[in-house]
Amino acid sequence: MILVLLILIPLLVGAVSFFAKGGARNLSLLGALCTLALSAFVASNCGGARIESFSMNWMPALGAKFSLSADGMAAMLCLLTGIILPVVLVLDRQKEREASYYGLIMLSQAGLMGVFLASDALLFYFFWELALIPVYFLCSRWGGEKRIAVTFKFFVYTFLGSLMMLAALIYLSLQTSGVDAFSRDNIIAAGKALPAMQQNIVFVLLFLAFAIKMPIFPFHTWQPDAYEQAPTPVTIILSALMVKMGLYAVVRWLLPVVPQAVSYWSETVMILSIIGIVYASLIAMVQTNVKRLVAYSSIAHMGLMCAAAFAQSQTAMDGLMVQMFNHGINIAAMWVIVNLVENRYGTQDMRQMGGLATTAPVIAISLVIISFANIALPLTNGFVGEFMLFTGIFQGVSGYSAVFMAVTGLGIILGAVYTLSMVQKVAYGENNSGVASVSGLSAAELTSVIVLLAFIIVLGVYPQPLINLVTL
Amino acid sequence: MPIQYYLFLSLALFCIGIMGALMRRNAIIIFMSIELMLNAVNLLLAAFSKMYNDSAAQIFVFFIMVVAAAEVAVGLAIIVMVYRKVHSVDVNILNRLKH
Amino acid sequence: MVQLAYLIPLFPLIGFLINGLGWRTVPKQAAGFLASLMMLISFGLSLGVFFEVKNATAAIAPIHLFDFIHAGKLVIPFAFKIDALSSLFLLIITGVGFLIHVYSTSYMHDDEGVVKYFAYLNLFVFSMLLLVMGANYLIMFIGWEGVGLCSYLLIGFWFKNRDYTNAAKKAFVMNRIGDLGFLIGMMLVLLNFGTLSYDSLFAETGGMVMSNGLATAIAICFFVGAMGKSAQLPLYTWLPDAMAGPTPVSALIHAATMVTAGIYMIARSSAIYNASEVALQFIAVIGLVTAILAASIAIKQYDIKKVLAYSTVSQLGFMFLAIGCGAYTTAVFHVMTHAFFKALLFLGSGSVIHAMGGEQDIRSMGGLGKKMPITKWTFLIGCIAIAGLPPFAGFFSKDEILAAAFAHNTVLYVLALGAALMTAFYMFRLYFLTFTGSFRGTHDQEHHLHESPIAMTFPLMVLAILAAVAGFFGMPEVFGEHHLLNEFLSPVVHNHGVHHMEHSTEYMLMGISVSLVAVMIFFAYSRTRKPDFAPNTGLAKVLEHKWYVDELYDAVIVRPLVQFSGFLDRIAERKGIDGAVNGVGRLVRWGADRMRLLQNGQVGAYLFTMVVGIVLLFVLGLFCFNF
Repeated sequence: MILVLLILIPLLVGAVSFFAKGGARNLSLLGALCTLALSAFVASNCGGARIESFSMNWMPALGAKFSLSADGMAAMLCLLTGIILPVVLVLDRQKEREASYYGLIMLSQAGLMGVFLASDALLFYFFWELALIPVYFLCSRWGGEKRIAVTFKFFVYTFLGSLMMLAALIYLSLQTSGVDAFSRDNIIAAGKALPAMQQNIVFVLLFLAFAIKMPIFPFHTWQPDAYEQAPTPVTIILSALMVKMGLYAVVRWLLPVVPQAVSYWSETVMILSIIGIVYASLIAMVQTNVKRLVAYSSIAHMGLMCAAAFAQSQTAMDGLMVQMFNHGINIAAMWVIVNLVENRYGTQDMRQMGGLATTAPVIAISLVIISFANIALPLTNGFVGEFMLFTGIFQGVSGYSAVFMAVTGLGIILGAVYTLSMVQKVAYGENNSGVASVSGLSAAELTSVIVLLAFIIVLGVYPQPLINLVTL
Repeated sequence: MPIQYYLFLSLALFCIGIMGALMRRNAIIIFMSIELMLNAVNLLLAAFSKMYNDSAAQIFVFFIMVVAAAEVAVGLAIIVMVYRKVHSVDVNILNRLKH
Repeated sequence: MVQLAYLIPLFPLIGFLINGLGWRTVPKQAAGFLASLMMLISFGLSLGVFFEVKNATAAIAPIHLFDFIHAGKLVIPFAFKIDALSSLFLLIITGVGFLIHVYSTSYMHDDEGVVKYFAYLNLFVFSMLLLVMGANYLIMFIGWEGVGLCSYLLIGFWFKNRDYTNAAKKAFVMNRIGDLGFLIGMMLVLLNFGTLSYDSLFAETGGMVMSNGLATAIAICFFVGAMGKSAQLPLYTWLPDAMAGPTPVSALIHAATMVTAGIYMIARSSAIYNASEVALQFIAVIGLVTAILAASIAIKQYDIKKVLAYSTVSQLGFMFLAIGCGAYTTAVFHVMTHAFFKALLFLGSGSVIHAMGGEQDIRSMGGLGKKMPITKWTFLIGCIAIAGLPPFAGFFSKDEILAAAFAHNTVLYVLALGAALMTAFYMFRLYFLTFTGSFRGTHDQEHHLHESPIAMTFPLMVLAILAAVAGFFGMPEVFGEHHLLNEFLSPVVHNHGVHHMEHSTEYMLMGISVSLVAVMIFFAYSRTRKPDFAPNTGLAKVLEHKWYVDELYDAVIVRPLVQFSGFLDRIAERKGIDGAVNGVGRLVRWGADRMRLLQNGQVGAYLFTMVVGIVLLFVLGLFCFNF
């Protein structure tokens, strides 16, 4: 029942927020904090073999049930969603049409929670779209100058993927006995029983859907534009949470469903992912727009995680779980800082920034710490996950594991190059922005930055609680 | 009478209807041609109904007649409206859907 | 006592936290005092640990704090290992570190970021202690990257200067290249042995289960890590640039401690290296080439810190040469003596720069000895020690390296001797140009010249004493003494293929090097009596421009990479991939545009199409499907 609440609270709060004139923000924040408490409770109850679940009839004619379940991984992602959402809500005070803005954010949270909890394929698809649609409206109404074209591309691109996923899921459900045709166990059983050819087709359909969402090279081009044009709070939802949907779906709905096809395709996917790491890192090096730089950095990180997901080793999988959480925290923290910087300088162009360390030292220090977490410096949370991912990729079944590992390692070097260049351009040097004084942080901003920094440091020094949650 | 007679009559009526609908430009004639096609089908249904001794087809005939009557009412009304607007019932000048 | 060893890194950490979190509230004087106090406590603890290790009869079990990563089969504890090697490094780090903290309280006292400075410095010591105390490679790696971070922060300490932050970035990135090697080495170890702990690992490799190829792979990967951190060819160019940081930082991080981490790592892994002749050969060659190259550059530098920086690179090359000859303890010995005399020289140069009001060019110095006697004499001791005149520390350690090289291969010996002679030359050139002759700077500077305060001269004097006597810990056996250091380290570090030489040969080698060094010093003296700073030509110009290595890297690696990235960004990404995606969209739109024309609004046409369609379907059904 508590799982239903995880979805229901944001859904109801979101619906009410549409009509709450002035109090939408506070109401949403209250709802988000309740959800956070609930998800923390769920996370404390899950992990290892302990699972929470819930099930009731939904569309019996189709064999679809409203069934939710939370194991360690799902609980971890719900917790991440719970942590990120309050940050998103306090980040920027949206004054224009605020009721629908906050309402839509809460609706997207409901969708995200549903995606992570659903154990029925049709329900999963339902929430997958439910999470996407509010984000579409958020981007297209509150975004930057080119928002219409960019959001349209983003929506059509991901929707195309969704439809392919739906086709594959329906096909799989038709292969079941018909009773509970969409339940995860039955889908997996049906998928496993398929002959190789059909498995490959299902794999391609599902993988394309998830690859677009993550995004994986070369399906990533919607992402830098969308991150650049979306309002930063929405960018946080996109980059910290929605891309995790893709990874989560790979782990939940792809790897166990068509194992034969996975082992057939895994090297191809790993090669794509690893090309993506180097490619995105190289492009990040020459960006002048700070939001695009972070976007490409995120593509590189997703590439690493996707490569690990297909490495077929237990350590890689454990590392993936850890890194999904840590990357969510890091990228959210990075966007928070980028947003602060952007608001203060009134531009996204790094050439017009500089001297933040003199004018706003707290922001600069946070930026430095987050940047080092971004490049996986030990004793920040980024390191633990990446170390496990590297170990896992190295131990993978592929005959080229060592090569994969070495090329992936290039990402480490290039990551240092572009991240430190960004720090240098934004924080160091003389203040040449023309902005005379840069104000410090408001209480809400400071709180969210400190909370995220605390996660970065604590999970970097003592990651065991997180590891215990997500590993069996 | 053998069933073929009905079939050929029906076919002839249907083809006349089609040709009329395709060749004529006057909306009212086209309309009448469509009615002709519908009646060709009706005739066919009635004939088969007699042949198989199955009254279900005759029920269809009544349905079609009712629907056709309704359609005539709406269709003629539209034609009257169009005539009032453009003072013509020539379908070839009614191409404003395109724009 | 040893079980309390975790307190040693704890105190610098506390200092970092207090100064770091209270960077706006902690008073300036208190910050330096606090940081130095923490270092003193750590040093005291290290002394206790050191003597306990020295007197211990059995190996000391690792101190297990908690499980850092425990996921399935991957278990990596956060544990400390105290043995002879780490306790020796503890002493060097905390001892020299303490002196440099004391020195910094005076050197940095009027800098506005002094609290931040001491926070960074304490963080550095904490990381360095993790590096040497870790009981497995991962903890070493944590410290390894941690010191890289602190190095980055301290090189870019004066962050308003773009050149300084560039230098910081360069240092970090070049270290990262090395770190990747280290990481891959760790992966190889983990994959093949399932553990990263020294204890279980070396118990295993001691039994020679490691194949030669695997040992070579691991050894080379680790050495790549060491190349980055210890500034060896081809990754050395960051170290001279790192002199952008405050001078005490150069002394602590870029001379005495951090850059010797590579030596520590390889000494720690001696069992792996002993299994691979190829890796040792490789290290010897790299070390030797670095030593010669850096020494040759140092000859023609005019920046006092640059000379010392290239000297550091060159000395590190000597240490790797020793490792390549299998003489790990000799390398560690040179680390120790080098820590003393190079810290001394850097602090001395800091004292000079302090007196000169920030001027670092030795062409504007000269005759400073009259105004700064303590600095002069301590600097001279440092020069003698590094040049290798007996009985100062450098003589013993360098001689041991040369002897090891001689025993290994005569060519190595001759080349190494050449590098050693260059060392003597450039150091005394520096000394004579700075402290003797007449002053060449401006009148203002001359007026301002003064001896540094006691907080700065005290560390100089202590280090001078150490630089003078530290060699006696490693008296060669030919003098009839015990080699204390070798005996102390023998349980941990296993030297490989070190031959014992005839006493006469050893005396001969000493004689050759001492007499040649004396000749070089005289040569340096004669060349600097009437200094001539005409623009250099020919080889000298190449040397002054550091063999154009930076320019080469820039042309071969950096610029092509940036251009390639630009190509990817502008062409491959926007035109290629995104173009393809948008192209699909455009194709659909174009097709729809054409399809739209079918919708011409003529009822007759629709009807005609419909009839044709029906007829076609009819015919199709009749002939193809036979229903």
